[in-house]
Amino acid sequence: MLERIHILICGGANCAGGGSKELWREFNDQLEKRNLVDEAKTVMTGCFGLCASGPIVVVFPKEVFYEHVGVADVKDIIEEHILGGRVVERLLLKEKVDKSKLKIYSQLKFYAKQKRIALRNCGSINPLDIKEYIARNGYKALGKVLTEMTPQEVIATMKASGLRGRGGGGFPTGLKWEFAAKSVDTIKYVICNADEGDPGAFMDRAVLEGDPHSVLEAMAICGYAIGAHQGYIYVRAEYPVAVERLQLAIDQARELELLGDNIFNSGFSFDIDLRLGAGAFVCGEETALIASIEGERGMPRNKPPFPAARGLWGHPTNVNNVETFANVPVIFLKGADWFRSVGTEKSPGTKVFALGGKIQNTGLVEVPMGTTLREVIYDIGGGIPNKRKIKAVQTGGPSGGCITEASLDTPIDFDNLTALGSMMGSGGMIIMDEDNCMVDVARFYLDFTVDESCGKCTPCREGTKRMLDILNRICEGEGNAEDLDVLERLAIMIKDSSLCGLGQTAPNPVLSTLKHFRAEYEAHVFDKVCPAGVCSKLTNFVVTDLCIGCTKCARNCPVGAIQGKVKDKHFIDLDICIRCGACKSICPVNAIVSKPMEKGGEVSV
Amino acid sequence: MSLKIQITEEKLAQLYGTMEANKKKPGPLMPTLHAAQKIFGCIPLPIQKIIAKELNESIAKINGVVTFYGNFSIEPKGKNIISVCLGTACYVRGSQGILDAFADELKIKPGETTADGLFTLEATRCIGACGLAPVFTINETIQGNSTVQTAKEAIRQIRHQS
Ligand SMILES: Cc1cc2nc3c(=O)[nH]c(=O)nc-3n(C[C@H](O)[C@H](O)[C@H](O)COP(=O)(O)O)c2cc1C
Repeated sequence: MLERIHILICGGANCAGGGSKELWREFNDQLEKRNLVDEAKTVMTGCFGLCASGPIVVVFPKEVFYEHVGVADVKDIIEEHILGGRVVERLLLKEKVDKSKLKIYSQLKFYAKQKRIALRNCGSINPLDIKEYIARNGYKALGKVLTEMTPQEVIATMKASGLRGRGGGGFPTGLKWEFAAKSVDTIKYVICNADEGDPGAFMDRAVLEGDPHSVLEAMAICGYAIGAHQGYIYVRAEYPVAVERLQLAIDQARELELLGDNIFNSGFSFDIDLRLGAGAFVCGEETALIASIEGERGMPRNKPPFPAARGLWGHPTNVNNVETFANVPVIFLKGADWFRSVGTEKSPGTKVFALGGKIQNTGLVEVPMGTTLREVIYDIGGGIPNKRKIKAVQTGGPSGGCITEASLDTPIDFDNLTALGSMMGSGGMIIMDEDNCMVDVARFYLDFTVDESCGKCTPCREGTKRMLDILNRICEGEGNAEDLDVLERLAIMIKDSSLCGLGQTAPNPVLSTLKHFRAEYEAHVFDKVCPAGVCSKLTNFVVTDLCIGCTKCARNCPVGAIQGKVKDKHFIDLDICIRCGACKSICPVNAIVSKPMEKGGEVSV
Repeated sequence: MSLKIQITEEKLAQLYGTMEANKKKPGPLMPTLHAAQKIFGCIPLPIQKIIAKELNESIAKINGVVTFYGNFSIEPKGKNIISVCLGTACYVRGSQGILDAFADELKIKPGETTADGLFTLEATRCIGACGLAPVFTINETIQGNSTVQTAKEAIRQIRHQS
């Protein structure tokens, strides 16, 4: 019997962290108790994208979108909505953009400017059930490829689509497949790079957890095109749910003979195994990744030879990113021309971004290439919370750079972001406001690269460390006049002489902040001030006359350093203050400011 | 400070079992190390020796690989593992302060284990829960939108229970 009502519960990482599994159990329990299992069906889906509103529940057929649903709310949804036919007003999503209450999932502002290609099934199907993927034309592209097309035609279609690698480099996927196809060997491999290591990015995770079959199908298509019969997915061990779902998906596909011998009776055989990463960012680099699968230390090697010529165990290997693969089946279902009609001429299609940091709608968004940063941040992301001003957008993670407000109207594509001194990267997009110190941000990324440098080549191993030393000194108030020049010189040297992409891009966060926020560096070096109030040695927090005496800061101070009566101006005891900044970010009227220290540690108010 | 690890017959049998299965596949080392880490909670030298012998590799090679990857450890960890996310999204929302608070409450540095073996404190890279930033995890349970207070409260609760 067909259920009338579908209750979709987001099982994406953020909602799951907020308790959506318990929610799912409660729905099932309650439906059973009330004998409603034939009426309503629960589906645990992949990520809806609007993580800031999690845990999310959407009830079909009317697409009613509920936010922040807790176990205690399940009863109301069932009694009022499922049985009574009235929506539960208090749980409706309150849109951050205009505060109006909207209920229709597909009409939410958050989705209005998005186009979901890679994420097409995330949030719509149960990722644990291959039949749901098949019902949405899953494995149809593979069938078409294997029964109607030659490998050359497959590659021609990929080239015509103009799809570029979503793992960061933006290399044309069709061309890459062609190289691997032309390498002569009886053994070849397809590898899916699911090592997503950029801190602040979770696009690939959403695809793996929400729609694992799309990746498997694409890998099989790639195998056919290049002449490989074995694929590996190298996935981070930090994503246990993705690992579990991928394994389940592989088992299901094998059972239906969509993987294994003689797929679709075409004579083509292909199988996929999982390999787990072990917490090394550099293993996202393809040659390091291959070394890791081989059981070596994950260190990159010189290219050429590229993996397409000499890869895993010395055989030609095609490495693509998760999101790249997720785009592939659609290209064969809808055609290369259709794919080209989305996005820009040089960067067709869409890109998924993980929106994070100081933004209302943290979450996952997929937009056509060519969408402007402003549209992503304000129309989709809902802008900056707490009435703060935007200071910078960081893209490309530790390899990328910061973009300032002046460039927000730039259409996003591979080439434009590179021209701005940043890069597309894998899709992390972190928004920073006035309370973020750009020197500290640069220091943060460099700390990451120093930590993750594999140590093989000297510029990256030693050079980044020297840069970090300088940045640490600057943040501690011990920078000197030469430091900025030395930083710049080192940066350029490291970029030019490092072995792999890790070192070649590691200085970018420093260079781009030096370019756009030099004054902030100079404030640290010459005035010994951190204007944003982040670097604790250079900051004193002071309550100004704007204070309305709401006591919020005093109540939130972790060390009880703030005194004051209700409606009276408050006072911070700087001897007790640990300079965590909690008071400043919680103040509703921006009355708390960070003040420079004067010589001897005194404050001027 | 050193905690005892238990190398029981039963656990060893488990390790030999996985190695037997892994040897049939190409590239058996990484899956074996993952299994060893899971079975023993760490991969100390005696275990490295067993793996080296069984997979026909030098101990130097095994040791080199074990020490390269952040997820493998040579020393045992505490009963409760607290990881504070220092991914970018969490960092810009103040997760360093949360980490400091844990360090302060537990009187240990990140990477260390308390003398009573109850807690290990770790700083971790992005765990992909950026929508809940800042987050920390206690034994794989995610605690989102955390504050210095929720951090200290979590420690108190565990101490209370044990
Ligand atoms: C330090 C470093 C880390 C990388 N991390 C990743 C990663 O996590 N995921 C990914 O897909 N590509 C990563 N790459 C890029 C890969 O080397 C490779 O270019 C990519 O997987 C190719 O796939 P694509 O053409 O589909 O983008 C990284 C590169 C470098 C230099």
